[in-house]
Amino acid sequence: MPVSDPVLSVQALTKGFTVHHLSTEIAAFADVSFDLAQGEFLLLRGPNGVGKSTLLRTLWRSCVPLGGRAVFQSSRGPVDLLRAADVDIAWLRRNDIGFATQFLTARPRVSAEALVAEPLTQSGVALDAALQTARQHLHAFGVSPLLWPAYPSTFSGGEQQKVNLARALIVPRKLLLLDEPTASLDAAARQALVARLAALKAAGTAMIGVFHHPEDVAHLIDRELALAPAVAA
Amino acid sequence: MTAFIPDAPILIDQQPLLRVTAARRLYGSFVAVDDVSLEVWPGEVIGIVGESGSGKSTLLRMLNLEEPSNGGDYRLTLPGRAEQNLFDLDRFEKRALRARHIGIVYQNPHLGLMMHNSSSGNVAERLVVAGERRFAVMRRRATGALAASDFPLDRKDAPPIELSGGMQQRVQLAKAIALEPELLLLDEPTTGLDVSVQALVIDTLKRLQAERAITMIVVSHDLGVIRTLADRVLVMKQGRVVEQGLTDQVLHDPQHPYAQELVHARL
Amino acid sequence: MTRLSTLAGTWEPMSYAFLDASAKREVRRRMLKALAIPGHQVPYASREVPIARGWGTGGLQVTLSLLRPGLRVKVIDQGADDSVNAVNLRRFMMRTAAVEQTTDALEADIIQSRHRIPEETLAEGQILVLQVPDPEPLRPIEPDMSTARQMHGDADYGRMWLMLYEQIVRSGRVTQGAAYPAMVNGRHVMTPSPIPRWDLPKLHMARHITFLSAGREKRLHAVPPFTDVRPLVFDDVPFAVEDHATLTCAKSGLRGTFMNEIPLDDGGTLYETSDTGLAIKVLSTQGGTPQPIGTTWYPVTETQP
Repeated sequence: MPVSDPVLSVQALTKGFTVHHLSTEIAAFADVSFDLAQGEFLLLRGPNGVGKSTLLRTLWRSCVPLGGRAVFQSSRGPVDLLRAADVDIAWLRRNDIGFATQFLTARPRVSAEALVAEPLTQSGVALDAALQTARQHLHAFGVSPLLWPAYPSTFSGGEQQKVNLARALIVPRKLLLLDEPTASLDAAARQALVARLAALKAAGTAMIGVFHHPEDVAHLIDRELALAPAVAA
Repeated sequence: MTAFIPDAPILIDQQPLLRVTAARRLYGSFVAVDDVSLEVWPGEVIGIVGESGSGKSTLLRMLNLEEPSNGGDYRLTLPGRAEQNLFDLDRFEKRALRARHIGIVYQNPHLGLMMHNSSSGNVAERLVVAGERRFAVMRRRATGALAASDFPLDRKDAPPIELSGGMQQRVQLAKAIALEPELLLLDEPTTGLDVSVQALVIDTLKRLQAERAITMIVVSHDLGVIRTLADRVLVMKQGRVVEQGLTDQVLHDPQHPYAQELVHARL
Repeated sequence: MTRLSTLAGTWEPMSYAFLDASAKREVRRRMLKALAIPGHQVPYASREVPIARGWGTGGLQVTLSLLRPGLRVKVIDQGADDSVNAVNLRRFMMRTAAVEQTTDALEADIIQSRHRIPEETLAEGQILVLQVPDPEPLRPIEPDMSTARQMHGDADYGRMWLMLYEQIVRSGRVTQGAAYPAMVNGRHVMTPSPIPRWDLPKLHMARHITFLSAGREKRLHAVPPFTDVRPLVFDDVPFAVEDHATLTCAKSGLRGTFMNEIPLDDGGTLYETSDTGLAIKVLSTQGGTPQPIGTTWYPVTETQP
């Protein structure tokens, strides 16, 4: 289904890994193409190990693509995510593209609320206002106010995940990559997450998601893309 | 497979603060730094990793203009300096530039500090070298830089020799940032410190980075330090940059055999 | 046939003023260079003289190379003309060069001194020779002398202020008592030998020549007449000389001179004018034999002892 004015246009995206100490090539996926419109939610499907997370990471550029194009309409014009300079990718991550996973990269001695507020301050919001918003989001995800000024490195996995999601979703982005954000979330937090995603989607954020239980976000899904196991070249 | 080479930046509207092209350093016939090129944008934190002897500390000292070069071009986008290859400056100009615009923290505090002078005096040295001749101003600014480095002010006149390793690194850091340099160089800033002290130093660096948008280049063999601090990473081996990329890319999907080895060897 | 004896000079047991002509020429050339670059340390050969290193050999070589018959020399040690070291040096000069001696700073053509500058203002044509144990002002902050040379070359003196900073931080004030570092002619920092801070302002825009010579270290430097000499200070912490202006000499009743402190058995303290040449003239005047007393650097008054 062609999309007019896509936010992201992926063509022939191919990824594999070269493991030098084993002298082997591990194929991930090959020749993936799709377009994504503003406000559209694309679900990636496929069996375990087919490379769904790797596809997200390749667009996020924590994985290096082997080939293809992924033209993204950034707020400063079109850019190929697969070939953009590292500093451009860093700029996109600060401004246009978000990535929500279930894992938090906690930093020593940084409080939960400061961690959540950071994307806001980086985009120019004053610290006090950013902290205010951060607390609202932590509250929405059901993080106890007692934990807001605490250091998340000591939190349980579930609480860390909530902090991480609050941080990842606090600033509306043009494109949001979701890597199983609902996994192991409690029901209330899952509800908060879905509500936040719905709000962001309504505001125009395009999303690509990988979900263990897609039914959690069933009503948000516009389209599905099935990844098939690649044949080793 | 050909190496992945990204396009030139198009979204960033700033000039790089630092631009090194084909830097080279020889010790006799031994090539310590071989054809290293690097661009750093304002506010970025760059990590340099590699094993001992890979040339990363030598490169850092070259960037601090204390180590001569045997070729290459080094530019900092500073008023009146953008057109100069800094490697070609004479030692007066190098010293003036270093004092004003570059701060450095060495792995070994003995290299960066006068161990028997007061801590505040060590910080004040930067000011005095830059021409400050008012005692009260030296005192105030040294105290301010120590505070910004999370140094306990009740010990500000204690000599570094009496301080712990973590505190000595804070004095170095305060000295390095006293003049608010454009570029901060850190050579293994947490190596040899207790894990808890490491975390505190990293926390201070993170906070400084966030508050002052100071451009940093961090040399470390500790990938954990690099992962926490750096936006981008250079992997060096035998004097050459064998891989560079975004920190999470290099740590998750390293391309070069040596980079893979390094990442897989991480605890 | 020419006899060898007609070509050779008359045999003498030693050269005039002890040093041979070429040694004196070398020292004089170094002195000229030192005058040309005020405050800059000039190396010289530093010949052996018959006193031990550390007892004024540097000053002695400069003085010997300047001596000629008819000159009057004054030699003082810590302000005193009659200390053993001063007497020895003066006697050596008189024996080897047949110069006249004086204790009056106004009459002397050359004053060789350890640690003091006379209180009476020296005039054009007079030469002050200071004995210097260590001519290197950077030594406390830079033990490597090669690096120190380079710092002088670069006028890289910032850390000198750091030394003063440390003193204020540790003691609440600048504790540098003697050999207070000074900037000469806006270019070279020198250590003015261990003269007290009291004497340092006397070098600024002085009419006389000052040579500072270190025999053991084989270096000399100079302050030519009318040269800017300024103590290193913070802009907001003024230079202060020793607090001696209000003390009174127990012997002469002089007030406003640098004083020697003499502890008494009962725990009290007496003060005596350090400049014995001046004190002797004042005492002589008081005893009925008037002696001319020159203008002084500091206001000096007389009270009844």
